[in-house]
Amino acid sequence: MRKFVVEEGLVMPLDRANVDTDFIIPKQFLKSIKRSGFGVNLFDEHRYLDKGEPDADNTNRPINGDFVLNQPRYQGSKILLARDNFGCGSSREHAPWALDDYGFRAILAPSFADIFFNNCFKNGLLPIVLDKEIIHELFSQVEETPGFSVSIDLPNQKISMPDQSEVYFDVDQFRKNCLINGLDDIGLTLKDASDILDFERRWKDCSPWYFQLSGNKNN
Amino acid sequence: MTGQTLYDKIWSAHLVKQRDDGTSLIYIDRHLIHEVTSPQAFEGLRLADRKPWRADANLAVPDHNIPTTSEERKLGLDGIKDPVSKIQVKTLGDNCRENSILELEMNDLRQGIVHVVGPEQGATLPGMTIVCGDSHTSTHGALGALAHGIGTSEVEHVLATQCLMQKKMKNMLVRIDGSLNIGVTAKDVVLAVIGKIGTAGGTGYTIEFAGSVIRELSVEGRMTVCNMAIEAGARAGLIAVDEKTLRYIEGRPFAPTGELWTEAAKAWKTLVSDEDAEFDEVVVLDGSEIEPQVTWGTSPEMVLPVSGSIPDPALESDPTKQGNIEQALDYMGLEGGTAIKDIKLDCIFIGSCTNSRIEDLREAAQIVADKKVADSVETAMVVPGSGLVKKQAEAEGLDLIFKRAGLEWREPGCSMCLAMNADQLGEGKHCASTSNRNFEGRQGFGGRTHLVSPGMAAAAAIYGRFVDVRKL
Ligand code: SF4
Repeated sequence: MRKFVVEEGLVMPLDRANVDTDFIIPKQFLKSIKRSGFGVNLFDEHRYLDKGEPDADNTNRPINGDFVLNQPRYQGSKILLARDNFGCGSSREHAPWALDDYGFRAILAPSFADIFFNNCFKNGLLPIVLDKEIIHELFSQVEETPGFSVSIDLPNQKISMPDQSEVYFDVDQFRKNCLINGLDDIGLTLKDASDILDFERRWKDCSPWYFQLSGNKNN
Repeated sequence: MTGQTLYDKIWSAHLVKQRDDGTSLIYIDRHLIHEVTSPQAFEGLRLADRKPWRADANLAVPDHNIPTTSEERKLGLDGIKDPVSKIQVKTLGDNCRENSILELEMNDLRQGIVHVVGPEQGATLPGMTIVCGDSHTSTHGALGALAHGIGTSEVEHVLATQCLMQKKMKNMLVRIDGSLNIGVTAKDVVLAVIGKIGTAGGTGYTIEFAGSVIRELSVEGRMTVCNMAIEAGARAGLIAVDEKTLRYIEGRPFAPTGELWTEAAKAWKTLVSDEDAEFDEVVVLDGSEIEPQVTWGTSPEMVLPVSGSIPDPALESDPTKQGNIEQALDYMGLEGGTAIKDIKLDCIFIGSCTNSRIEDLREAAQIVADKKVADSVETAMVVPGSGLVKKQAEAEGLDLIFKRAGLEWREPGCSMCLAMNADQLGEGKHCASTSNRNFEGRQGFGGRTHLVSPGMAAAAAIYGRFVDVRKL
């Protein structure tokens, strides 16, 4: 997994609550069996005026100039500023894949949906929960200040603003460690393989009925 | 010591290891797999040269992408016209064969929507931990299993280790007291709950649904309730085990038999929250006050009783809420103040893992029997949740009732719930749908979804607009 230590970048505001995973990446793109290439279809239904198709050429599609992602001042953004309950809906990891592939590295919001929040960490993307008031204030500052950029320092858990002020944030220590060191979860868990085997043996002894799918019985 | 909640009990029974940093390694009993969220996980396994930890903990079924007309289904894989979808379904088969995982293939009688198939096959059992790369895995909580959706990285993690790294959730109790009025169903209950606590109300919690209304619901109705726990923000919904649960499971293909059954049933009876268990949050609803529900906007919390009228954004004082209402009404092509009963429908969809089991189909069939779908309704379809549900419905003659009324009778799959296959809601069209999400574009680009119960959808088919199913 790619590491996240310190990231600096332009902030793009997405002023809308309950942005769901269909909004982030519409379902037709879930047909892909690949992990990459979703960036051009991030926010597809809002950024283009027609309906997108997987594996199609996106270069000549009509653009929705009003949508924030298409505004010149936000080109090259790395930090997404969002509202409440960001990422609600389906468990599709295509949502963080699309954000990541587009170039976003972190998302700031007052709250996130659980599964999405979790999926971000697995993909080197940092979701940060900040107070509603701070988020609110950020929205107005970003609006007012073209080129508004912040620097996110994960080891020190702080965000540095353009006016030199700093905001601290919470992050789960295990996830922080994985992100900073780019650790692969599976490798970590497999270090505990003997504990898993022990558990499994005990569990099978006392609940054997959970271990019998192999029969492939017919109705 | 204070008592434990049902969630606490299942959690601690599956705790392999507690790490110092507060994360826990949790053992997973059952992993359900479908074609959309698994290919990248199998690919990851292959690249790391890993094998599934325990192949027989997995059960796979294609459901999201497959066609639902019988002409296409007869052709098997070749019936999938979209080449990208076809590759995905084929890849699932290849991956399962390569890893010795049981797959109920597209034309297996037992195939269906993954969350209908699990309980139906007895692959979902009380006290299990169950995961699937799909957020509606919460459905299985209706049987007293701890079940939740995961992303593709976690699919790979579970395949490789039979475990997940997790943080324990908080406990929420949603108690629905009293009893439901006739014509009010499980779907209305869960929509009313979401209307009350909001789509983020359950974030960070596991919700246990309890109270006399839940006890009176059938196991299938309980599945409808738990199915939409995720729409209230909770990854998992749970319902305590009772006699109904055991009766539902006994005799299912993968359920234990003989002496094992007796032992299992005894163990499962303890799967209830202790009387003195403490919940971090308690929400109480009065069942007798719940009316049939209809969503009017683009989030499941934008829901009202059928007797209601759409909110007028001008009357909303909170600017954020006002903006949300305006955005939703703009997308839905509706005006504030319009009565729910004045919303006209172009399409009716009866199906999805929320409402496609036999009782749902009976509920809908009863309403449309000897009637005709309104001329103004362009499409009306019934998509059973599995091959076995379809077979049962046909044995009861429900298919004929639907067809005579002018509804299409399809083959099992996710279909227009998320429109990944050819079953798409047209741009600007209004659909009364028994599914679970009314997000923008969910049922098709520009499509407008109204979530309702099967009875309400059936009634809307006959009248071409919403009517109160209790008054029929
Ligand atoms: S029926 Fe709908 S909600 Fe259920 S699994 Fe299929 S797509 Fe997901």
